[in-house]
Amino acid sequence: MTFQPSKQVYSGKIRELTLGTGDKAVKIGGKSVYSFHSFEGGTPNAPRIAMEVWDKDPSADWPEAARSPFAGVLGDPGAWARKCVEYGAEMIVVQTKSADPNSENMPAAEVAAAVKKVVDAVDVPVIVWGVANHEKDTEVMRLVAEQCTGKRVGLCPVEEGDYKQIGAACLGYKHVAVASSPIDVNLAKQLNILLGNLGVSSDDLIIDPTTGGLGYGLEYTYSVIERIMQAALTQEDEKLQQPIIVNVANETWKSKEANLTSEEAPELGDAAKRAVLMEAITAVDLLIAGADVVVLRHPDTVKLVGNYISKMM
Amino acid sequence: MGLTGIQIFKLLPKTNCGECGVPTCLAFAMNLASGKAELEKCPYVSEEAKEKLATESAPPIRPLTIGTGEYAVKVGGETVLFRHEKTFVNPPGFAVLVSTDEDNASVAGKIKRFLAAQYDRVGLKLRAEMFAIKDNNGDAAKFCALAKVVSDETGAAMIFMSDSTDVLTAAADTFKDKKPLLFGATSENAEAVGNLAKAAGCPVAVKGGGSLDSVIALSEKLSAAGVKDILIDTGTRDLKKAFEEQVLIRRAALKDRFRPLGFPTIIMANEMAGDLMEEALVAATFIAKYGAIIVMSDIQPHVVFPLLLDRLNIYTDPQRPMTAEQGIYPINNPDANSPVMVTCNFSLTYFIVSGEIEASRVPTWLCVQDTEGLSVMTAWAAGKFSGESVGTFINKCGIKDKVSKKEVIIPGYAAGISGELEEELSGWTVTVGPREASQIPKFLKSR
Repeated sequence: MTFQPSKQVYSGKIRELTLGTGDKAVKIGGKSVYSFHSFEGGTPNAPRIAMEVWDKDPSADWPEAARSPFAGVLGDPGAWARKCVEYGAEMIVVQTKSADPNSENMPAAEVAAAVKKVVDAVDVPVIVWGVANHEKDTEVMRLVAEQCTGKRVGLCPVEEGDYKQIGAACLGYKHVAVASSPIDVNLAKQLNILLGNLGVSSDDLIIDPTTGGLGYGLEYTYSVIERIMQAALTQEDEKLQQPIIVNVANETWKSKEANLTSEEAPELGDAAKRAVLMEAITAVDLLIAGADVVVLRHPDTVKLVGNYISKMM
Repeated sequence: MGLTGIQIFKLLPKTNCGECGVPTCLAFAMNLASGKAELEKCPYVSEEAKEKLATESAPPIRPLTIGTGEYAVKVGGETVLFRHEKTFVNPPGFAVLVSTDEDNASVAGKIKRFLAAQYDRVGLKLRAEMFAIKDNNGDAAKFCALAKVVSDETGAAMIFMSDSTDVLTAAADTFKDKKPLLFGATSENAEAVGNLAKAAGCPVAVKGGGSLDSVIALSEKLSAAGVKDILIDTGTRDLKKAFEEQVLIRRAALKDRFRPLGFPTIIMANEMAGDLMEEALVAATFIAKYGAIIVMSDIQPHVVFPLLLDRLNIYTDPQRPMTAEQGIYPINNPDANSPVMVTCNFSLTYFIVSGEIEASRVPTWLCVQDTEGLSVMTAWAAGKFSGESVGTFINKCGIKDKVSKKEVIIPGYAAGISGELEEELSGWTVTVGPREASQIPKFLKSR
């Protein structure tokens, strides 16, 4: 007698949505089974890899391992973005770090102009990631939304405190809202409902569950994504059936262990490989949990995770 | 899970004698079903019922231990598919492979790195705990010599891997007190290896031919022969298929209580990837999805450290926050004039705050108060991070003897306690620090 495996009953499906325009537009989501469970049903789109570009030169904050693959382009967001595409990025995330009122606090117009440069430099989809300051993000995202009309970019983070303003910008210029909530299923759902009430279509909505990096709360994000997947796929919670993006790069590379050099911490081995693995393991865990897009920094991570995804699909 | 109270009741004497401590057999059955009572309390239960209840109430995934002493690895005993449903219990053992045709220097290097790769984190010691010793030439003496080196120098839990029953027999004979895992029983040698494991009292792995059916046939055979401590290697080395099998095995064990698959599993990451970096991603996959032992071809600190963190994260009990120990943490070599900061003992808060202080390079005293693992805002809301409790902590923790400057910096989110805290700490200034840890370096540097 052959073994009959126990069947998981699925009753829902993650919505499929498109970012970007033209030949390089990217479809995300669409799965009707848990992540990498193609033995049980449809997974039309492989998870996607986005790479990050900062709108300011990050050299002072980044370890050597992260700087060296981008030598010569870190001060030029457009050139940097093109380099990422060469490295295999299917999307670009522009982190508008210069806008942070606690840092450079660059005027919104200049920030938006840098974003526009990236959008014009590449033909892959772009997601703009703000600094989680409601007033400043609203200012920047309004300009970005207008200046990138027709590009179908993602705007992030859309939070409870600024969803009306940034949601409206998405609505007005037909962009995609990335709804960001602090590692909580119910808050994620509530924000999706609020955006829905505002008129943002569920075809234009991605969830950012907030990312904890390896060793720094990864398990919280991991479990929140698994819970969202269970609700979306097996409990017909249609307000949670949105694709998920996780900002892995930013969270893993800021940890202490990703920044210690081989000399400072010989017990932790090769600094570059260690940091790349911290990034790659975080990405793999969150992909297994159910993420549809991972934002990465290092080209070696992109290669490792890219190979991994193709083996698992 | 298991039998219901009513099903258990049918197996009891139904005399309502009350000697078990509850008045009726039905009440006792209900307690048994919910795990609140033990069958031994009933003096009149029949042998037949005992046996039946023992089998039915056995854990759905067999718990067992490999190795002895401080490196012993307990695996199995898991009860959920998703960690948030309760918690994962026994973290997978990490094993490093050495083989009989490997040169001495290479083996010595692995042993050295194995011993060195130990890390303290939130009061836990993170490290790999196993060696997989592989026979590549059928030479029993050589195998035992290698096992002796590994065992003597590390004390690690061991996996003995050989296709030769003779080699396994010799090794099991010599090292059975160390409780090694014998690897493994295949369709060719299942009877002999099963008997060997039983005689030596060691756990044994079944190695399937790349399908669940082949594994089921083997585990049923060994179980029928009275072998209890079994692990499963499906024999599959394709990542995608192995992932599918792990999911199906865990589901069958938990949802269907399908005994032939109710055993912990072993993953040969070393045979599933092109290099050590890829092996690490294979390992991460099966830390998350149900591996109980993960074998890797080598141990390098930059690979094992991230995997140890991953294992710690995934196996953290979601019902109980991780905590840092209450106390004073000197960061960047502070002295009597250095600033004093106070925060809660939620481990994430501690990691992030101490990391940011370190990054600032400003010498600082960080006082971590026991808030039962609650974060600053939650602790504040629950009254566990109040002016009074922080005041008492600062007064008693000994920081007053270490600094001459009477100032304490509190988290921005707890700004509300500053008045009350000033009353508790007479003569001290209370300064409200930033709300977000990311702003700490800027805050410290600008003072």
